[in-house]
Amino acid sequence: MSEREMVCISCPLGCRLTVRWDPGAGSDPQSPDDRALQVEGNKCAKGELYAREEVLAPRRVVTATVRIRGGRTVRLPVKTTAALPKQEIPGLLDRIYRWELEPPIVLGQKLIEDIAGTGVDLVATRSVRGEA
Amino acid sequence: MTERRYDTVVLGGGSAGLAAALEVAERGYSVAVLEREHELGGILNQCIHNGFGLHRFEEDLTGPEYAERFIERVESHPGIELFLDTTALEAGVDGTPVVYGYSRRHGILQIRSKAVVLAMGCRERNRGNIGIPGTRPAGVYTAGLAQRLINIDGIVPGRRAVVVGSGDIGLIMARRLSWVGTEVLGVVEIQPYPSGLTRNIVQCLNDFAIPLHLSHVVAEIYGKDRVEGVRVAPVQDGRPDEARSFRLDCDTILLSVGLIPDNEISKKMGVELNPETGGAIVDAGRMSSVPGVFACGNVLHVHDLVDWVTEEAETCGASVASYLEGTYSQVQRQVVPGANVKYVVPNRYFPEAENRLYLRSLVVKNQAELVVTLNGEQVKRRRLAHVQPSEMVSLTLGPDDLPPAAGAQEPRLEVSIR
Amino acid sequence: MKMAPRRAARPRAGGSTYDIAVIGAGVTGAAIARRLSAYKVSVVLLEKECDVSFGVSKANSGIIHGGFHYSAATTLKGRLEVLGNLMFDRLQKELHFPFRRCGILVAAFSVEEMKTVQELYSRGMENQIIGLELAGRDRILALEPKLNPDVVGGLYAPGGGVIEPYRFVFSLIENAQANGVELRTGFRVAEARREAGAGDRSASSRWALVSQQGEQIRARTVINAAGLYADEVSRLFGAEEFRIVPRKGEEFLLDRNARGLPEKVIFPVPDPRSKGILVIPTVEGTCMLGPTAFEQEDKEDLSTSRENFETIFAAARRLVPTLSERDIITSFAGLRPSVEGQDFLIAVSEKAPGLVQAAGIQSPGLTAAPAIADYVKDLVKKTGLALEEKADWNPSLPLVPRVRELSPFEADDLVRENPAYGEIVCRCESISEAEIVAAIRRGHTTMDGIKFYTRAQMGRCQGGFCTYKILKILQRETGMSLDQVTKRGGASRLLHGEVGRDPVAPGGGRTKLEAEA
Repeated sequence: MSEREMVCISCPLGCRLTVRWDPGAGSDPQSPDDRALQVEGNKCAKGELYAREEVLAPRRVVTATVRIRGGRTVRLPVKTTAALPKQEIPGLLDRIYRWELEPPIVLGQKLIEDIAGTGVDLVATRSVRGEA
Repeated sequence: MTERRYDTVVLGGGSAGLAAALEVAERGYSVAVLEREHELGGILNQCIHNGFGLHRFEEDLTGPEYAERFIERVESHPGIELFLDTTALEAGVDGTPVVYGYSRRHGILQIRSKAVVLAMGCRERNRGNIGIPGTRPAGVYTAGLAQRLINIDGIVPGRRAVVVGSGDIGLIMARRLSWVGTEVLGVVEIQPYPSGLTRNIVQCLNDFAIPLHLSHVVAEIYGKDRVEGVRVAPVQDGRPDEARSFRLDCDTILLSVGLIPDNEISKKMGVELNPETGGAIVDAGRMSSVPGVFACGNVLHVHDLVDWVTEEAETCGASVASYLEGTYSQVQRQVVPGANVKYVVPNRYFPEAENRLYLRSLVVKNQAELVVTLNGEQVKRRRLAHVQPSEMVSLTLGPDDLPPAAGAQEPRLEVSIR
Repeated sequence: MKMAPRRAARPRAGGSTYDIAVIGAGVTGAAIARRLSAYKVSVVLLEKECDVSFGVSKANSGIIHGGFHYSAATTLKGRLEVLGNLMFDRLQKELHFPFRRCGILVAAFSVEEMKTVQELYSRGMENQIIGLELAGRDRILALEPKLNPDVVGGLYAPGGGVIEPYRFVFSLIENAQANGVELRTGFRVAEARREAGAGDRSASSRWALVSQQGEQIRARTVINAAGLYADEVSRLFGAEEFRIVPRKGEEFLLDRNARGLPEKVIFPVPDPRSKGILVIPTVEGTCMLGPTAFEQEDKEDLSTSRENFETIFAAARRLVPTLSERDIITSFAGLRPSVEGQDFLIAVSEKAPGLVQAAGIQSPGLTAAPAIADYVKDLVKKTGLALEEKADWNPSLPLVPRVRELSPFEADDLVRENPAYGEIVCRCESISEAEIVAAIRRGHTTMDGIKFYTRAQMGRCQGGFCTYKILKILQRETGMSLDQVTKRGGASRLLHGEVGRDPVAPGGGRTKLEAEA
């Protein structure tokens, strides 16, 4: 059994959690009834869910910038539309950093659909006008 | 000289200036906004990370997305005239407020108005202010400058960095540096507890295995032409314990050691400042000691959440409108910081209206209580699950919260944390 | 990398041969070069750094001294200080550097200290300093109300003042260049070879100076104004042996908005080693505290320390109790080139023909600089070089307008002529893009060079808001890429590279397996 301590960030209380789990059991991060993982220290259900996710399938929202050609704005800020599995992050960043986009771009425009089959998209977080 | 007149001049086109301008313009008054950068949005433009707007819009937005919500309204509002690439360098009150804006396009603008909104934001505390000894090589940056260079200009300052200060800006930058391929060797924090949100400790430090050195300071900077390293020392009785210091080899130092409201123009207008906040002393409507000159946002006091900057700026804008209308209420009472409260902004409230006050704690505490007393009698109480100096607390105070003022003495409202 | 346009070198018959080469473009070399530019001689000014005034002169306190610390009768530095002080009004009218004769006070806190003050007064009277006054307590407090009320009296020298030292050096060099002097930066003299004509002192004998990069110039007369390295330069010529020992001085700079800043320069009573820690209201309105005085070995160690912070503040507050640490905006250190005997070493070399030494120029070097220049000019004649005056020597520089010095109305006219004056780059010090461009076009292509020429990055935000703007202007004007920008030349690069240049490791940050490239 593996053990890990962490602080829950679901609310400002910040419960100190201890998680014990069997890495080989293939627990489902979404299902709170699984016996192969136990969470202690949480004052509510959110803590249990947070701990499972962090241990079994940690995900993060990624924000970055992409080179954009011509004009005053040289970097386009972008974000993932939802939290992405952590292991996908370096690959995504590498891919983003190789690009060069052309204006015009509209805020919210989808730049990558369904990153690595995760169902998460990459979108622009600002508009950049085309320079005449 | 290009001469213009408006009902209101707003100095600064960031989150505070935009919200205040809209509030005034939507009530039918003419507004000019002066912004020194080439575009509106202020510091939000470089805050490309998410976490903005959770309160205001109930959405998790990035800085540019949050800014855009206001920029599109400002740009399309016929009553707001925008002066971009324009820096206010001189100002005064000559009967009515006068501001001189310098711009390439217009030359020098002399703008007269009935009211002014100070919304210039703040600047960063830097190495000179905190006096880190050592050499003066290239590679020492404030966190905000590094953020601007990376996120707007697409340039990475260095390859191996040490971050000084565990406030949210420092933590966010530790992650940003990691995501652009810079190795972050550690975060050095003088207090025994981190000042940023736990969420950021987890997602900006733990995720990257970046050590957090609490109760430590950078005692010395090494490097002849470019930074070569820092000496980090634990703090003992308020001084660096040199004997237990250690060296971190790095080529970049990011300082995230505090923000200072930038009130140079305010001083030129004769506005009185509060040494506790670094910003203007304002009354219940956020008017300063100079009639017609208002302040909101980071220039008034350093905020943690842009949602509250917007809220404060909207309150301020509404006050400006009532001032222009001639209905600005002079019926105001004093509110003072009590035990464990560093400051309360504003320092006055309207007894006959809803007020939104902001304050900062002096202490770190779980299960605390916010207590409001009127002449010593408790009138309002609220549980605070967790309070710390780097997390601003907001307080609503309305006529329902307050008993009618009794007695001849001026009622004294005090806000404390217990 | 496209360099900023510089004054073109005049083609010379037989390669780059000059009548005079001045080694070192600090205040001493700059003043000498300008003086010599008034004569029909060809002059080259050699500087090892990438910009001028980057050595000793970079950390100067900017004081124009009052002429009472050293005897003009028995020391060269005393004599040249007295003469130099009197030349600043005219120089300022010609060269437009900021200068204010605010007056100097030496404050005494005891009867003992007053005795030393009496000595200074006597010396000053012997030096024939005009207006020197021995002041009692009431008088000195009236002259400077911010003084510690425990003061018992002191000395008042109304002839003392403050200037901005880098602006002074830059203007001397610009004027020298306008009058034909050639400036070569990045030229560190590594070798000096005597090329004799008929006999060692013949008119055609000259020195061949070879730089570290292998470039070569020739000159009949050479002036050694190499500051901290004057001893090493002297050795290259086989000339006099002496040792320059760096004496470090640390200083703190206080915000101009600080409360309780004095109007006059305040000295404590000096001790045999140094003039002490001073409170210096700069000509820009800020205030400097310091300097300390410690000898060290390393000619390049400019580090500051925590201990000195406490020493400096304690000493400064003894003079002006209202000073506060909260008002510090920055601190820095400088090195003085001290030499044995502690006097200026200015003489024609007795060992190396055609070499004039101008070494050991510590305080009062800045004050004395214009007089040193005259003195050296006379020494140059002794090396056998005839100095014939130019009829068309122009001692004046055109005035470069600076937005911060103008009212909004004056600035308006300026912006209409040149819109770049309306584009404010440094909002703390009110510096416009036109001024940044002027600095770059004069060859100041480092962040520090631009800082010293314009004041951008010197204000309260210390470059927080203007750095990214200056970078763009530098790129545009010189064509340098952003990762070529340096703080002060050499390895002091500011930036690493474009985002995405380095791979992101699985945990973030650079992969630990990579060796440092």
